[in-house]
Amino acid sequence: MTQLDSRPGPGAAVDRRRPARVRTLWILAALAALVLIMIASVAFGSRIVGWADIVAGVRGQTDTLAQAAVVKRIPRTFLAVAVGAALGLAGAVMQGVTRNPLADPGILGVNMGASLAVVTGIVSFGLASAAGYIWVAILGAAVAAVFVYAVGSLGRGGATPLKLALAGAAISAALASLISAFVLPRSDIATGFQSWMIGGVGGASYDSLRLVLPFLAVGFAVSLLSAKALNSLALGDDLAAGLGERVAVTRGVAALGAVLLCGASTAVAGPIAFVGLVVPHFCRLLVGLDHRWLLPFSALIGAALLTAADVVGRVVARPQEIDVGIITALIGAPFFIYFVRRQKVREL
Amino acid sequence: MSTSLSPTLAAVTGSRVRRSRRRALVIGLLATLVVAAYGVNLMVGETFYPPSEIWRVILGETVPGASFTVGELRLPRATLAALAGFCFGMGGVTFQTMLRNPLASPDVIGITSGASAAAAFAIVVLGLTETGVSAFAIGAGLAVAIIVYTLSFRDGVAGTRLILIGIGIAAMLDSATAYVLSQAAQWDLQQAQRWLTGSLNGATWDETAQVALALLVLGPLLLGQARNLFMLQLGDDTAAALGVRLERTRIVVIVAAVGLLAFATAATGPIAFVAFLSGPIAARIIGSAGSLLVPAGLVGALLVLVADLIGQYAFDIRYPVGVVTGVLGAPYLVYLLIRTNRAGGSL
Repeated sequence: MTQLDSRPGPGAAVDRRRPARVRTLWILAALAALVLIMIASVAFGSRIVGWADIVAGVRGQTDTLAQAAVVKRIPRTFLAVAVGAALGLAGAVMQGVTRNPLADPGILGVNMGASLAVVTGIVSFGLASAAGYIWVAILGAAVAAVFVYAVGSLGRGGATPLKLALAGAAISAALASLISAFVLPRSDIATGFQSWMIGGVGGASYDSLRLVLPFLAVGFAVSLLSAKALNSLALGDDLAAGLGERVAVTRGVAALGAVLLCGASTAVAGPIAFVGLVVPHFCRLLVGLDHRWLLPFSALIGAALLTAADVVGRVVARPQEIDVGIITALIGAPFFIYFVRRQKVREL
Repeated sequence: MSTSLSPTLAAVTGSRVRRSRRRALVIGLLATLVVAAYGVNLMVGETFYPPSEIWRVILGETVPGASFTVGELRLPRATLAALAGFCFGMGGVTFQTMLRNPLASPDVIGITSGASAAAAFAIVVLGLTETGVSAFAIGAGLAVAIIVYTLSFRDGVAGTRLILIGIGIAAMLDSATAYVLSQAAQWDLQQAQRWLTGSLNGATWDETAQVALALLVLGPLLLGQARNLFMLQLGDDTAAALGVRLERTRIVVIVAAVGLLAFATAATGPIAFVAFLSGPIAARIIGSAGSLLVPAGLVGALLVLVADLIGQYAFDIRYPVGVVTGVLGAPYLVYLLIRTNRAGGSL
């Protein structure tokens, strides 16, 4: 955050005092867009479904093929919304906690840590219950987050945005090769794994939703409650401490919320990158820098983005699908490159 | 005057002689190890064949059993392993030297990802075979190199920026590879693994010959630039002052290195981290005496040969070679990062 917005200018001042009316308007618009995208997500796919069938399908009828498709697409849509919201919010929180515009659960290796933990659990400890995956994933996400932050903040200048991003990307690559070593011998799980590793919401069911929702709910609550503290942190550690914020505790709690969100969403949908990077930047343009607005708005836009990416993936390659992780990488990586280009680098 | 100079001069030449002697010794040792590993790769397998029988197969005699197993299966596989490893090592150290950063290796900054995505696309979607696939891989590798370099250029190229932009590009290309593979009619894991982490399974003489040809043409070209490359390491201004024609050197070096990497990638897939590991390992054992091109190539060949042995026979399950090198390379990547950060480098 600081790196992007520390430039003093009229823009920043205006952003901070963006009238509540404008913000409310944007939130309402985002909600409306999300609802429209959700309807589209139920309607479009390899078979396009009409309004009457959607209504019938929502009521639970499965008389025609169209209605059956609707019934199958509803949990998928909800999962995309939940995961997208979690990743968008987690990205915003991580950018606030690390005061780093390049922070993202995927780039910082947190999602990959969760994946490796799940894989290790399945292969080495015979972990089989989906609830177990989530706990293990959260643990893995937490360990990866701490490790990446520790490596990235070694040396001069502490955790600068580029150093942190580099540590995250390098550790992600390292974890990914460990994951394939674990998965390959298990031909029974390997094929399904390949698509899980790309990241997708195609395998959604109400069961998986029900399992992951409590974790996401806690993550949402913790993250949203730390909004005010993140506002103080944005002023810099010294000033935040002067304002009575316990900086380390605040960071820890907010990061815990983000880790919960990342771990749980990775456990059900695989390591999806770049959503948490793009969404908060876009949201800052619309609702400004106040985390009390930014965090819920990021969740909304994240949900809309991931659901839309899922719809696009189903529509462009009909009758096949492109996993949502591929679409988000293709959209998100150019943004990442753009932000990297804007960073000032000190070269020895 | 002359009396005070000559002892210094003698000391300098003395240490130079010693260093170049050490260098020749290390290169000889590495070459011996590569040959030994190559021999072991030929001997070991489901059935063990003694060196005498392998020698007869190589000479073209018909040996029952061994002619097929060694001549048709192990020989092309081991040869491809050595050649591809050499290409990866040489291409990798070229980029690391030119960009003055061990992390700027072609498998981190997306060049092998580009070659791999293009090769997978050429095979799965266009249905091309060897030469077409290699051409596609080279085109894509060059394009990625140019794109990464251009995007990271702003008042000169900063190492960290280039690496991160490369990582971003690599993420996109890997997604593209994953998508192309999911479109394949016979989506199978073997094939996918080859294009995602690299594998020597199904090595043929045709592929091997292509890589050999690439190495024969592009290797000397790159070696001819070794001196200029070494001076580029001192910084652009210094190199220019020493008479290096910067742009020409860069273009020749990039084209040759990308060519080597792309041919190897088209044949084996991007064998994980070999290009990244070979250079630093070679530098560690050979010290700072002269060019690292040949030592890094030898280290790369040795890495791939040994990793393939481990992957094939060390466990109950056969791992593709890229998984083994990936597991070896991953901790080293993290270690390198920690060391550089500690040293306070801007990376």
